[in-house]
Amino acid sequence: MSILAEILIALFLVISGIFGLVGSFGLVKLRNTMQKLHAPTKAATLGVGGVLIASMLNFLLVKNSLSFHELMITLFLFLTAPVSASFIAKAYMLDSVDQNELPPTGRDVRWAGYDDAPEEPD
Amino acid sequence: MITVALIFATGCFTLALLMNLYVMATGPHTADRILALDTMVINAIALVVLYGIWKGTPIYFEVSLLIAMVGFVSTVAYCRFILRGNIIE
Repeated sequence: MSILAEILIALFLVISGIFGLVGSFGLVKLRNTMQKLHAPTKAATLGVGGVLIASMLNFLLVKNSLSFHELMITLFLFLTAPVSASFIAKAYMLDSVDQNELPPTGRDVRWAGYDDAPEEPD
Repeated sequence: MITVALIFATGCFTLALLMNLYVMATGPHTADRILALDTMVINAIALVVLYGIWKGTPIYFEVSLLIAMVGFVSTVAYCRFILRGNIIE
């Protein structure tokens, strides 16, 4: 049982390390900003998730104490990663992408960020 | 076996941090630098959790949770500053 737990924890640690490395390598390797957004927001977040799962398994199987802090951290990271990625994409678009190059939104208001927010209907 | 895997994972995340530092120094656009900073925060969380596994104490989870919150807020604030020229309107 103990050796099986060690193998499982070590496997999670190695996989998450590789994921984190690939995420940051993609940040260096990919060419423009919109491509660069893909690597860290997905691979690096998955890497941290693997480390947290390994930590939880370590405390559960080796130390025999269940801890839920890792779940909180994982939940927080998985909730905030898309939000910050969307914000970074918006910051890049506003500076470098012309509004006329963007596809139509299909409604009256145009792309968010370029104009002020539309008035709220009463 | 866990010790070897811990050393491997720590090496991976340290190398990742160095790559992020490189992008933050050279990244052509401001968004690249913000993205590199965000990734640095995520990798730092991973390093803190790995250190917690190494020491075997659950104290470091509060640290990593705080780092995660501060990192998210700083990323949003920086992007907001780029977007609107102001953080709280």
